[in-house]
Amino acid sequence: MLPRGGGVTLDRIIPEQACRIVGIRARGRSRRRMFAMGLVPGARVEMLRTAPLGDPVEYRVRGYCLAIRKADAGLIDVMPEEQ
Amino acid sequence: MQQFTVALAGNPNVGKTTIFNAVTGSRQHVGNWPGVTVEKKTGRISHRGIEIDVVDLPGTYSLTAYSLDEIVARDFILDEKPDVVIQVVDATNLERNLYLTTQLMEIGAPLVVALNVADLAEARGDAIDAERLQSLLAIPVVRTVGNRGEGIEDMLDAAIREAESPPRHEHTVGYGDDAEAAIARLVTALSADADLAGHYPLRWLAVRLLEGDEHADCRLEGSPAREAALEILAGIDREACEAALADKRYEVIAAILAQVCRLAPEKISASDRIDRVVTNRYLGIPIFLALMWGAFELTFAVGGFFGEAIEAGFGVLGEAAATIEPGWLASLIGDGILGGVGAVLAFVPHIFILFLILSIMEASGYLARAAFIMDRLMYAFGLPGKAFIPMLMGFGCNVPAIMATRTIEDHKERLITIMVNPFISCGARLPIYVLFTGIFFGREAGTVIFALYVLGIAVAIGSAKLFRSTILPGESAAFIMELPPYRLPTLRGSMIQMWDRGSTYLKKAGGIILIGAVIIWALASNPPGVEYGSQESLVGIIGNMLSPAVEPLGLNGKIAVALIFGILAKEIVVSSLGVLYGAGEDAGSLTDALAADPGLGPASALALMVFALLYLPCIATLAVIRAETGSWRWTGFAVGYGVVIAWLLAFFAYQAGRLIWGI
Repeated sequence: MLPRGGGVTLDRIIPEQACRIVGIRARGRSRRRMFAMGLVPGARVEMLRTAPLGDPVEYRVRGYCLAIRKADAGLIDVMPEEQ
Repeated sequence: MQQFTVALAGNPNVGKTTIFNAVTGSRQHVGNWPGVTVEKKTGRISHRGIEIDVVDLPGTYSLTAYSLDEIVARDFILDEKPDVVIQVVDATNLERNLYLTTQLMEIGAPLVVALNVADLAEARGDAIDAERLQSLLAIPVVRTVGNRGEGIEDMLDAAIREAESPPRHEHTVGYGDDAEAAIARLVTALSADADLAGHYPLRWLAVRLLEGDEHADCRLEGSPAREAALEILAGIDREACEAALADKRYEVIAAILAQVCRLAPEKISASDRIDRVVTNRYLGIPIFLALMWGAFELTFAVGGFFGEAIEAGFGVLGEAAATIEPGWLASLIGDGILGGVGAVLAFVPHIFILFLILSIMEASGYLARAAFIMDRLMYAFGLPGKAFIPMLMGFGCNVPAIMATRTIEDHKERLITIMVNPFISCGARLPIYVLFTGIFFGREAGTVIFALYVLGIAVAIGSAKLFRSTILPGESAAFIMELPPYRLPTLRGSMIQMWDRGSTYLKKAGGIILIGAVIIWALASNPPGVEYGSQESLVGIIGNMLSPAVEPLGLNGKIAVALIFGILAKEIVVSSLGVLYGAGEDAGSLTDALAADPGLGPASALALMVFALLYLPCIATLAVIRAETGSWRWTGFAVGYGVVIAWLLAFFAYQAGRLIWGI
């Protein structure tokens, strides 16, 4: 099954671009952690910056800042917002 | 007199500790939760003639089973049933904070919400209608500013009113028709088990089961209601259900917030501006390294100053002890207890200062940035970004370094970080390298010492990889970490935390260190009448027994004995070699004596240094490994693994060295 949202995952979003979560493919504890941190389908996420070594990435979600590894962000399907 | 138990709950980084300090002042007790190494802080206060036990629960984002912290917090609420739970909420970040509130409401605890850092939200221009929030949630909401002590009295009054009033009817999130139907069926099925119904709020348990929580499944084990519940669950996609329920909670929160808050338009915050520099692609790493170097320097400059004072103090005490009669008692107190304990106590100032720096970094928000910057590097070795700081601290002293692993949430990742830390060459090992490289390597001394440090790092990293793929397998936990806004730490809060952690270490490690020191003294001064630590003493005899084992490394019994003394503290290897080679404490004559030993050469010196680098951790480190892992088995493993690795690598070093230098 192709991920929804045209195949775009959160790790592909570029700085200052915003998107909405359409699906979460993480399993188990990671999935639960994402929900607790406010990453649920429908939530708006804005990419802020990448760490100096290229990973993880800092995002803004629900008014606070969150760092996520690219591997984990790759499990979150998103729909980029029109600029 | 009436007595209540109040539990403080809340997300991490919301000022919960500040509230706890404001409530309890210095009347705190720090310990561990039973069976786990999560810090437990409690305090007893008297408020309006009522005795209140305040329990600080671990900071959590939710009450599922994500981490040990969450399980500890949840089990306390479920099993100990505190009279009131106060949730400390960050007023600048209501949306995510209220997620935990919905879960606390569901779990059925009498609840009070402390709307903390309300001043920051107001300064930002947010308008929050606390009264409206209170009526929508149907729980008391109190405005607090923890670091100024504002609202603390009101908060305690509200808690007491809540504890004394009859339980409110359950007020929880409605999950929509489909989910509610499943919840209702589950509740009916579960209520067949009177035991279960008496212990847990059934609606909560039903929701947890729907969300596929393994710990909720466990609570069903052996229950007569299990069959019926599983039958209902069999037809449900629990993963989809979990997403739907989480979404519903946020939907309810959004609906509440729309009526309660008028948020100021988002602008670039001060935190964001700091982050643009501190986590900048080019500046991030230099700034991080500069701060670490500063922390390191400060620890060893200030710690060294006080440490020397402590050593001097023990020296004076030792001289006084020498006059005690009978002689064996003077030796026990002077050589054994004062010598051994003094060597370890000299590091106590370092430990306190390190904890002070660490708590300032944690409270200011920089620690999270450090983990953000270093995560990529540590991830390559199967460790989280937060493991970098303990690794770095290890170059100073492994004891505070291992205690610094407390910031790592994942149990296995923390255990690996603890187990590999002793391979990082601490400051106490340096005198050994200086002595032997000075004698046998001349101008190459610096290179050899550097190579030893690199070897220690390589063994630590290699072992982390090895443990990850063998005894502690598992995916790295998902790295999803909040980067909290920068805040100015309060001096009082940092000092309290330093004192708590430092004194806990002293209490826990003190006993083991004392026992270790006395055992080594007994071995060194028996059978009665022998010269302390000589070849004829038990230590000497053990050393001779060990000499076949160290011979393949090019070493002799005297060095084996010195290495045994090194268990007390690594730098003691040098002073005991002084005694064993009959050189006294004078370094110059020890150099001559070692250089004159025909059995020693560059190859065996290298083997000795490799062995001293890697073999078992000193007593203080073992004590802290025992305290932090809560397990003698892991402590034993640290000893066994260390000795085996040390022997193997020292053997290779000796054999390779012989090919190059002959001996």
